Amino acid sequence: MATAAFGLIALVVLGSALGLVLKRNAIHGALFLVVNLGGIAALYLTLGAEFLAAAQVIVYAGAIMVLFVFAIMVLIPGKEETGPDPRRGYRMLALPLGAALLAELVMIGARRGAAPRGPGVPGGVEAIGRLLFTDYLFPFELTSVLLLAAMVGVMLLAKRT
Amino acid sequence: MVPESYYLALSAILFAIGVVGVVVRRNPLVIFMSIELALNAANLALVAFGHRHGTADGQALVFFVMAVAAAEVAVGLAIIVVIFRARHRLSVDDLNLMRW
Repeated sequence: MATAAFGLIALVVLGSALGLVLKRNAIHGALFLVVNLGGIAALYLTLGAEFLAAAQVIVYAGAIMVLFVFAIMVLIPGKEETGPDPRRGYRMLALPLGAALLAELVMIGARRGAAPRGPGVPGGVEAIGRLLFTDYLFPFELTSVLLLAAMVGVMLLAKRT
Repeated sequence: MVPESYYLALSAILFAIGVVGVVVRRNPLVIFMSIELALNAANLALVAFGHRHGTADGQALVFFVMAVAAAEVAVGLAIIVVIFRARHRLSVDDLNLMRW
């Protein structure tokens, strides 16, 4: 049952990822990416990470993708990638290189010792919150500085001079 | 129970698709979305590792990745908008100002 659910979600995730890369229309790609992010949120749920699944839907599929769709609408693409590709030969090199990368990743992933399975899987908000405010307190505070810097920088960039 | 290696394999495939998308596509917006795809593949691997070891550390890391990705997308899209405003075209092949 669990394996069947995983296989179904994995098919959706892989199909939408391929759709993003292969479709020429950017807005179709954005919608494929929403499906992909939703599928990954479902995978988080199967791994017992409820908090991350909710954050994934809210932050990624919500905020970030709205930003993407907004930028696509503002920039009116769709006629940029219609002409023949002048560098098609170079770009087709990406396929063997991507296959080589995948082979390396699989080799690294397959080479592992028998990992000890810890006691239970803490996936709730409580465990993550405890970690964020004890072991990861400094990076957590740095994140707020980073977000503030990004906010100010975006306003500066987007300002018409 | 699905073994974690399935999740790792899926994550590796997604990451490779994302990298190929970055190289193949010409629209900077689609390149950005492919980067998001690769980041999500890494996140999935982190959660799977955390699940294997029974700790929430992987999930805390994914939380940080999400925050950094949000900042990155905001700044990157602003830069793309500025470039589009200056050039009125949107293809990475046109951006060769800093090429030697």
